[in-house]
Order: sequence, then structure tokens, then C-alpha cells
Amino acid sequence: MSFLLRRAAFYAVAGFVAVTLNFLLPRLMPGDPATTLFAGYADQLGPDDLASLKEAYGLSDAPLLAQYADYLRSLLGGDLGTSLSQFPTPVTDLIRDGLGWSLLLGTVSVLIGFTAGTLLGSFAAWRRGSRFDTLVPPLTMFVGSFPYFFLALLVLYLFAVRWQALPQGHAYGMDVAPGLTPEFLGSVATHLLLPATTVALVSVGAWVLSIRNTMIGVLDEDYLTMAEAKGLRTWRVMGHYAARNAILPTVTSLGLAVGHVFSGQLLTEVVFTYPGLGNQLYAAVTTHDYPLMQALFLMITISVLAVNFAVDALYAALDPRVRGAATASS
Amino acid sequence: MAEPLTAGTTAPPTGLLSIENLTVDFHTPRGTARAVDGVSLGLFPGEILGLAGESGCGKSTLAMAVPRLLRDPAVITGGRVRLGDGDGDGVDLLGLSDEELRRVRWRDIAVVFQNAMNALNPVLRVEAQLVDVIRTHERTGRREARERAARLCGLVGIGADRLRAYPHELSGGMRQRIAIAIALALRPRLLIMDEPTTALDVVVQREIIAEVRRLQERLGFAVLFITHDISLLVEISDRIAIMYAGEVVELADARTILDDPAHPYTRGLLASFPTLHGDDTRLTGIPGAPPDLVDPPPGCRFAPRCPSAHDRCRAERPVRVTVGDRDVACHLYGPAEVTP
Repeated sequence: MSFLLRRAAFYAVAGFVAVTLNFLLPRLMPGDPATTLFAGYADQLGPDDLASLKEAYGLSDAPLLAQYADYLRSLLGGDLGTSLSQFPTPVTDLIRDGLGWSLLLGTVSVLIGFTAGTLLGSFAAWRRGSRFDTLVPPLTMFVGSFPYFFLALLVLYLFAVRWQALPQGHAYGMDVAPGLTPEFLGSVATHLLLPATTVALVSVGAWVLSIRNTMIGVLDEDYLTMAEAKGLRTWRVMGHYAARNAILPTVTSLGLAVGHVFSGQLLTEVVFTYPGLGNQLYAAVTTHDYPLMQALFLMITISVLAVNFAVDALYAALDPRVRGAATASS
Repeated sequence: MAEPLTAGTTAPPTGLLSIENLTVDFHTPRGTARAVDGVSLGLFPGEILGLAGESGCGKSTLAMAVPRLLRDPAVITGGRVRLGDGDGDGVDLLGLSDEELRRVRWRDIAVVFQNAMNALNPVLRVEAQLVDVIRTHERTGRREARERAARLCGLVGIGADRLRAYPHELSGGMRQRIAIAIALALRPRLLIMDEPTTALDVVVQREIIAEVRRLQERLGFAVLFITHDISLLVEISDRIAIMYAGEVVELADARTILDDPAHPYTRGLLASFPTLHGDDTRLTGIPGAPPDLVDPPPGCRFAPRCPSAHDRCRAERPVRVTVGDRDVACHLYGPAEVTP
């Protein structure tokens, strides 16, 4: 338990640093959003407008510390400001919608990539040197080396435009009402299929390779020979002895991958017009929606930290030695 | 195949295990290395047979070939491994299907590996590793299997509370005791112990040896005990087989090996270890190194290192023959002309 508590403390500090940086960065930049915007509309706006713009952005000439206190206070109150591009919707409302979709897309795509990669990689290691082993890992690496946008556009063109088998974009069809109905869930699933599989496709090669390599190491371990000597059934040897150990180093990468989802999914969401955080970030950048941008950056940072903490917890659950080491040293 | 002179060394039909002319090859990029070269060896029920030799002499390869646990690049290329079933010829382990072999493993033949830290699964509790083998081979409820696991722990002198521990939470000696408990879980007739005490300090080593001896007397299983430490073998074994370069060069009662070693290699091996009771003898060791098994010497494999080697040794391979109360493969004791 103390292991998790110490990890939690670490992530709390990291989170605080992130929040502080998120406050400082825009203020360290030369100029400010109001001035930038003002410059764009210089012929239509007067000096008074600049002042009110600053006011609207919450930019003041108050001392930095006072601003910081103010910022923390509104953050704790769950107030991330008001969106400019969709004025006057609070940023939190926008993010709440996007976050759900991003989480769904991210989790599903990582799970598909990870599961497929683990299965293929384990099998390749189990049958080392076989035809499967010589063909599949290089093939997945080949697919993974495609530029993502190219693969995504190709898949989109083939499945959604040419064969019209799957929807071209959005998270669910216009003709279904959101709710826990089979129609709605089915619509969500078909809309999820293309973006999720493309992300999985480009990432599966890395999983295959890493699982295959750790698995080959594990297969040489004495405990694998002993498991075989014990006359256990193959699935027990594969699952509880081989995979359970081979998966450990990969769980760490799983954390990184899920963390990456929040920031790296931007391209996917833009290509498939999927209404997640990435799409919102893209929109925020193109419309100079600074409050939304800033909130999204914060959101992404916090999410990455949260996911990493979850992975630490998972790792402790999977590897008893991590728990043991923590108790021994504390 | 025809080795009339060595026929007496394999176990009779009532024997527990009979290894006949077993050959194991390692296919290496440099060529084929014959790690076990036509070895015949028998085990009687309830006996402790020690198998000694330098590193790389093929003793572990021979032992692991019995339950067919060899990995690439080691391949069994000839011979038979008969496991006695009380009457008749027994069953040839090399001819079993994977599923038949799986059933024989651990139920009849269990293995204790050299380093229990590596042999126990680091992510499973001790209990799970005992329970899974019991429940795989026997129709046992989870509860009953756990009770048996606790009794097995008691058998090797470990408190049942340690069942909930993970391997890394135990000391080296405790881990090896657990490994023995797991090995005895199904009351096997044969226990293969592959250097079970090499990774332990001397005090713990003694405890484990005493424990094995005690358990063996109580439960009556046979042991194939492998070590490079011949002084340890003398203490625990009924009979001892000495291996060199893939062959059994001498086989006799433990006392005979200790008091009156015949093969020059056995003598060299004995002179390489301090005796337990501290006779003030000089440790000499054996000069030279074991031969390259990809390209072994034409005659006796030990000839290049042998102080008694003569011309015949360098040209003709000795066969193992029974001389008095021992088997030995050496021209000094050969069936034909006795060298001056």
C-alpha cells in the first residue's frame, strides 16, 4: 500500500507543477491573446476594445502572485473560463463532451492494439523461427511505419467513401438519439471502428515486437521449464507462467501509450471528424480560442498523470516484487 | 546397440528407470556435439543414484532428457528411456505423445532445479504453484488441494503461513525446500535433483541434503542426484555414476567410488575436492580441459588428460565393462589384453 501512497504523492506534486506551468507559460510568452487578437482586427477595434478583451480573457496587470492565487481559486472551483469560439459556453462543458469520446476512442484503440500485439507477439515467440514468426512481426512493423494520416485517409477512402461500408465521421449517426439504446450503442460502435482500428494498426507492430522479445526471454527461464516439467496444461503454462511474466515490462509502455492517446489522437480525430479532445484542440488553435486551448493542455497533462498512476497501480497488482520492494525500503 | 558387457548395468524389468543407449546431440553452428553418447543407466525403486562430473560433461543433459525437458538445440537422437510400471517392460518415455508425456510428468517423475529462485514463478504465490500441479493431475477440490499444500509445507519444515508468500519473500534455503515440497506433491516415484544445493551456502546445503535423505527414507522415492560436488554425493548416494564427455565412465556403490576409485578420471575428481572429515591430503585437480564434443579425440575421451594413458587409449574407445563390483570404461581394466 505504501508503494501506491508514495506514487500518489509523486503524481500530486507533478500535477501541481503542471498546473503552475500551465499558468506561467501563457504569461511568459511575448504578448498575450488579447493583443494578438487585437492585432488581427486592428482596423475594426479601438484601444478601449483591447482593454475589454483583456478583461474578458482574465488578463490583468495585477502582481503575478495575486493572479496565481486567483487562477488556483477558480481552478479549484472547476472554472476554466469561457470559450471564445463558442461564446459563452463554459470551457468545462465543452471539455466534458470531448473527454468522453477521447477516452472511448483511446481506450478501445489501445486495447485492440495491445491485445492483438500481445497475442501475435506471444504466438511468434512460442513458435520462434516458424513461418508465422518470420512473416507476422515484420508485416506489422511495415504497416506501423506508414505515416498515420496516409493510412487513415486510405482506410477512410476505401471503407467509407468507395465501399460506403462504414460512416465517414462523427461519433454516432444523426438519425439516432443518444441514450442507452441498442441503436445508439451500435451506431457508436460502427463510428468507432475505423478510427480505432487505424490507431491500433499503426501501434500493433511495436507491441508485437516488444512482447515477442520479452516472451523469448521468459521462455528461457527455469520457471517455464519447471512449469512444463510439472505437466501443466499448455494454456496454464502460456497464461500464468509465460504471459503473466512477459507482460510486465509492457505494462509500463501501456501507460505511455494510453497517455499518448490524449495528446496524440489529434490527427485521428481530425481525419475522422471525431468529436474528442484532439478535434477540440485543433478547432481551438484555428479559432484562437485561448481559454479552451489552455484548459485542454491542462486536461491532457492531468490525464497523462492519472493514467500513469493507474498503470503504476496495475503494475503493483501484477508484480508482487514491486510491492515487496516498496515495503522493504520504507 | 549390442553392448552385452553393459547389460548388467541397466535396471532389470523390476527396476524403476532404465536408460538404454541414450544419445543427445546439440546442433550447433560449428557442427553436431554429442553431449550424451550412448549412455545406459538403471535406477532401482527407492535408491539414490548420484551423477557426478565436471561442468559440460552432459550430466544435466542426461537427466533432463528423461522427462524430455531438453530445449533447442539439444535433440534426443537415439536410445530408450523405460519407466517401469511394476511388471513387464514398462513404458518408453521417448515414444509417448505430448499428452501422455504431460500426464507422466510430475506424477511419476518430478524435478528439483538448481536455483529455486529462477525455478519458481515470481508472480505466483507459493500456494498457487503447489495447488496448480495437484489440481492438474488429480481431481481435487481447491480447498482440499490447499490443505494438501499446507501438509506438504509441513513435510519440508516450513510453516503453512509461508504459503501466502511470493518466492522473492523467502530465503534461498526456504525456496529450495518449497521446490522440494512441490516436487513431492504427487508422491512421484522418481525425483530428479539437478544440482539442488549448488546455489546455497554450505550450512543450508547440509540441511537440505539431510532433509532429502529423511524424506526419501520416509516416502521411498528414488532420486537421480546430479552435482559436480562428489564429496556431497558420497554422503547421500547409494550408487554413484561418474560422467565424462557424454559417457558414464564409472558406476559403483558410493563406498567403492570413495574408497577404491578405478577410473583415472574418478580419482582425479576425488582429488579435486576436500573430503568432509578433513584428511590432510593435497588437492590436485585434473590438468587440462574436457574435450571439444564437436570434434572429440578418437580413442578414450579422457586420454589427453589421463596420467595413465598409453597408445591403445589414444586409438581405441574403451567400452564399459563390469569388473568386480563396479562398471568401468577404461583400458586399464579392459576385457582384452591388460596393459603392463
